Amino acid sequence: MQTQPHTKGFGLLFASPSTPRSAGRFYRSGLRFLPLLFVLILQAGSADEKRIAIYGSSTNYILPVVDRNGHEYVGLLEIIEPLGAVNSHTDGLHWKIRYRDVEADFTNGKARSKIHGKDFDLNSNFVLEGGRGLVPIASLYALLPKIIGVPVSLNETSRRLFIGNIATHFTAQLNRTTPLRLVLNFTAPVNPTIATEPGKLRMVFHREPIVAPGSPTLTFDDNTIPSATYSEENGTAEIDVNSSAPLMASFSNDGHTITIAAAPQQNAAVPGTPLTPSPVAPVNPSTGTAPPAAPQLAPRHFFAVLDASHGGDDPGVALAPSMFEKDVTLALTRRLRQELESRGISTLLLRDTDGGLTLDQRAVFSNTAHPVIYIAVHAAANGKGVRVYTALLPAGEENNGPFIAWDTAQTRFLPASQFAAQGVASELQKRQIQVRTLAAPLRPLNNVTAAAIAIEIAPPTTDVKDLNLPAYQQNVASALANGIAAVRDRLEVSR
Amino acid sequence: MIPRHLIFAGVVMLLAVFSLGIYAGRMRGRVTHVETHSDSRPVAPPVSGPTEAVTLYVAYDDPGILRVQRADVALPSARQQRAEEVLRALLEIYLSKNSPHPLAPGADLRAVYLVTPGIAVIDVNAAFANGHRSGILEEELTVASMIQTLSANIPDILRVKILVEGHDRETLAGHADLSDFYDAAAVSQLAGQLE
Repeated sequence: MQTQPHTKGFGLLFASPSTPRSAGRFYRSGLRFLPLLFVLILQAGSADEKRIAIYGSSTNYILPVVDRNGHEYVGLLEIIEPLGAVNSHTDGLHWKIRYRDVEADFTNGKARSKIHGKDFDLNSNFVLEGGRGLVPIASLYALLPKIIGVPVSLNETSRRLFIGNIATHFTAQLNRTTPLRLVLNFTAPVNPTIATEPGKLRMVFHREPIVAPGSPTLTFDDNTIPSATYSEENGTAEIDVNSSAPLMASFSNDGHTITIAAAPQQNAAVPGTPLTPSPVAPVNPSTGTAPPAAPQLAPRHFFAVLDASHGGDDPGVALAPSMFEKDVTLALTRRLRQELESRGISTLLLRDTDGGLTLDQRAVFSNTAHPVIYIAVHAAANGKGVRVYTALLPAGEENNGPFIAWDTAQTRFLPASQFAAQGVASELQKRQIQVRTLAAPLRPLNNVTAAAIAIEIAPPTTDVKDLNLPAYQQNVASALANGIAAVRDRLEVSR
Repeated sequence: MIPRHLIFAGVVMLLAVFSLGIYAGRMRGRVTHVETHSDSRPVAPPVSGPTEAVTLYVAYDDPGILRVQRADVALPSARQQRAEEVLRALLEIYLSKNSPHPLAPGADLRAVYLVTPGIAVIDVNAAFANGHRSGILEEELTVASMIQTLSANIPDILRVKILVEGHDRETLAGHADLSDFYDAAAVSQLAGQLE
């Protein structure tokens, strides 16, 4: 789970004040980081920007890298800030930073610095820009342990920095069953961006400290899946599975296992159209990774946007002491993603961390991605089973003409939404899960230009803590995915 | 040696200071006493007179439905005050000891404004919204029961807006949308689903 410092810094790009009470704190925080944020926004704008990934024991984050004097630099304050309380000040020439009881003193244009009273030489000159202290990446390996007191390892070429003894290892095993399955087991939960293209399934790990196996190329002596390759670049790790047939990936074991198998026939590309990358880029507002900009990919197969409601400063319902709706919705949404993707349905998660999004942002991101269906996930303490909601819209009001009213954008899609809700309810009933379908004045359902439903999961028993039972969540997620899969053809037609 | 008349004058002044101090202390206590009781003084004449039968759409958390309930309520003749009294009768049920849909203590209706043509504005107090239980169904039941009760008893209401302390609010308690007007016909259909 991402920690708070993200939201203060880079994550501010996407975090918005949702309540007047939080607004003050938000703007004070925003003003404090405004200069830094401005620089980061400018430098984070390009898709080809250089980045460095930093993996810590409690938080992972990505920072922009800048070139100065032929060397790669990164902001030192931004690296240290998520690790703990830190402060810095400058007189225009000198830049001082204090982390816990360690003080480091740098001078603009000089390689020589003082850390805890001792001289330390950077690999190239320190750069002070707009009050921001930049240090060469090549120096991080020796510099950071002196300040934070923890050893680090750095892959300078791929710009991946590991703080402490942290790494996620993986093994790959080909099971010669029917269908053929390649099982990747990871030592920690993973959540890569998965895309398919002819002859290859790509898994890009933006946030996970994946490390290379013994050999970067794994061969399996099989015609369908002959090999897999591991590579690192620009702060990410990537595993490419080469194949002679379309593949699909599914998650299990709480994200520890990814199983790759040949895609069922109905999931293959429409004849005559090329297979296109599957738009499953997860959004991570807290880390400042790519926003959920509309993937400009066409033709697109069935594609669902999943929205774990609440998050960040908005915890949603306090279901029990230290049990908040935002956490339950995120857990269920992740399970739903796995279930949908195992059925060949691509997904986009609007929130995959504890980041906050406004209701308008959720609608905008969803509409920009042009999904076939939008599914918001909520949780409740009262009642039992699952409630499925569609938008409550003014009776008889229609959007005519070239412009669509924001508050009633859902109108044209309401029949499809109601059909999807019925499909989902039907599957839940088959599993003996109590279900109810209703309209609800619940934003952003009315702003979404696709079939849109909201799921409110209540506990299976009178004990609200049973909401977190993995078996219950998995059963509900599986039923929801079955329901969506059952109506996919009709939803495609209605689109 | 201090002249006797100065000693006498000093004693008189000291007595005057003590007397005034005691008097001021008593006055302050009396003001506080008056202020603590001033809240209970009626600012408007109580509604009295013959009662009328009204239809209330009462929310029941278990099993999450609206039930139609008849009640006899003393209603004034003015349309706006009638609307307020009808909703107050509904809130009275929610604030009662065995409430089927409890609201937060102190939850109250500030006013109902009827605006031509067909627009009603319900203004509730901060305790109503800030203390409301969070959840799609709980919030939806509150909103639907109020709007449907209003529509059932006050004719020609087409759209309803809910304010909190006279201000716009995004949601009631994190879910039910309060940012826009409610269409009375759509809420009537929803009430049908909830019955």
